[in-house]
Amino acid sequence: MDDLLFKDASAAANFDALDVCDLCVHYPVREGFRRRLLKAVNGVTINIRAGECLGLVGESGCGKSTLAQAIMGLVPITSGSIRVAGQDVTDAVQRDPLSQARNVQMVFQDPFASLNPRQTVRQALAGPLRLHGMTNRDEIEARVVDMLARVGMKADAADRRPHEFSGGQRQRICIARALIIQPKLLVCDEPVSALDVSIRAQIINLLLQLKDELGIALLMISHDLGVVEHMSDRIAVMYLGRIVEEGIWHDIFTAPAHPYTQALIASIPDPIAPAETLRRMKGEAPSALRPPPGCAFNPRCPVAFDACRLGDVPYFTPLAQAHRVRCHLLSQGQ
Amino acid sequence: MIFRSNLIVGLTIFALVVLIAVFAPLIAPYDPISHSNLLYAEEAPGAQFWFGTDEQGRDIFSRIMYGARISLMIGLAVQTMNTCVGVLLGLSAGYLGGWWDEFVQSLTNLMLAIPTVVFALALMAVLGPGIVSLLIALGLTDWAYSCRISRAQVLTHKSQNYVQAARTMGYGRLHIMFREILPNIGGPLIVVATMGIGSAIMAEAALSFLGLGVVPPAPSWGGMLARAREQLMVAPWVALFPGLALFITVLGFNMLGDGLRDLLDPHGKAKR
Repeated sequence: MDDLLFKDASAAANFDALDVCDLCVHYPVREGFRRRLLKAVNGVTINIRAGECLGLVGESGCGKSTLAQAIMGLVPITSGSIRVAGQDVTDAVQRDPLSQARNVQMVFQDPFASLNPRQTVRQALAGPLRLHGMTNRDEIEARVVDMLARVGMKADAADRRPHEFSGGQRQRICIARALIIQPKLLVCDEPVSALDVSIRAQIINLLLQLKDELGIALLMISHDLGVVEHMSDRIAVMYLGRIVEEGIWHDIFTAPAHPYTQALIASIPDPIAPAETLRRMKGEAPSALRPPPGCAFNPRCPVAFDACRLGDVPYFTPLAQAHRVRCHLLSQGQ
Repeated sequence: MIFRSNLIVGLTIFALVVLIAVFAPLIAPYDPISHSNLLYAEEAPGAQFWFGTDEQGRDIFSRIMYGARISLMIGLAVQTMNTCVGVLLGLSAGYLGGWWDEFVQSLTNLMLAIPTVVFALALMAVLGPGIVSLLIALGLTDWAYSCRISRAQVLTHKSQNYVQAARTMGYGRLHIMFREILPNIGGPLIVVATMGIGSAIMAEAALSFLGLGVVPPAPSWGGMLARAREQLMVAPWVALFPGLALFITVLGFNMLGDGLRDLLDPHGKAKR
């Protein structure tokens, strides 16, 4: 696709699509008279190379969506830094929101809430093009039709409004809207969890296909390992505001090292698997408002020992190339 | 069909009042101001004067028709001003938040604490009677409800993904407030605005009744009521008909507002 919109594309090629460094997003929360600090994201460091897909997995409330919103510049960050295509996000949303928008776009979880019900599909797709400086009507129309075709929609969809479409079709429109200004990174926050199971594979395949066609990097957020399994080059596992394990797809699935990752993989339903050999976990995730002392996972961990209940989690233990884990079990060499 | 009856009755009354107001010079049997004849003063309703005459012998039927012009014009103009002020404040307060939100909310609470008519009265005392000062006094005093409602609506829409998507697309605040959110909160605002027309007409009548509204010879329902008060025992029709006109018109606008709410509120449709 021709680079009509941004001439600075080549300059950013040397940078990682996403570079998050020691990011903290804390919210002050009032409980009656007491004030607590909700550490939604607590020291996260991840990066995504251009054209790569990183899967981010974790339970509800572990801070995945907050991380996504921070990357989009929608929530203020407490400390650390986020750079998208080499540009600092906090700085960019203040000074140059348009260039931030051309660097990173987002697909939201709920396709029923993420399109303005009063706008036709054409308005939703052409508006961003006009905002980002395209003036020629024919050019805009051609780009809208082209984008609709890329996401598998017919051109006559352009004159209809969101309520006329199904969830899967709406998600396709959302993807078209996000990609129409050619971002370098696409953040997908649970893009298929609101959809019927039968539609999920279609949307995942569409995202993969567009990733290859357009050369964008993907941050694929999901609570379901099964979803990211099919598309991610690398996978990061998040628990209560922290990345606990990170590695390439193959390592995570064949040799998960953190007890939490093992439990997550064990929870993927698999009819042909033999009796469970992996460790299961019990209970629910603790509240981020009252994290347990020590490693946040220790109350649910089947193999927790004394060190896990004291102090903080150790820093990453490198296992293989690009495979690293934050766990006492491994840092103490067991 | 109970569901639609409010809308139909309200619309009918509204249309009737508009027609009467527009065509008053064509259909009114007498001139409302100059056609006074003391020989016919306080004549009871009859074939010649359908609604009777007032203390100066003017035809009440004609005066009510001309009064509809003033009531309708003031009701619509005042409510347009109120809605604009309220929506502007509520939309910006809800979307921008922060100190501006707190300021607008305190101002709204202040306005709600002062009775509209008393505040308008004070303003009228400063500005002097007359239609222009009436518009200013009423148009700037009754915006609290539309402000509150638009603010509450904005708060529910602000966190929705489509607004976040517009933000990540790089749209500015003004675009998001007026082009993305406003079209989606129009329904409840139209309802509030319609209902407010009724109370604006009432407020105008109240001010005219107190002698601060429309300056006398001009026919205004409130002003007619004020002068009729003195002859209530002798000639009750002088008060009855302007009162009825006021009552029916305000009722019509309220029913129209109710009907619109049922029509526009997606939750109401389920009960049909």
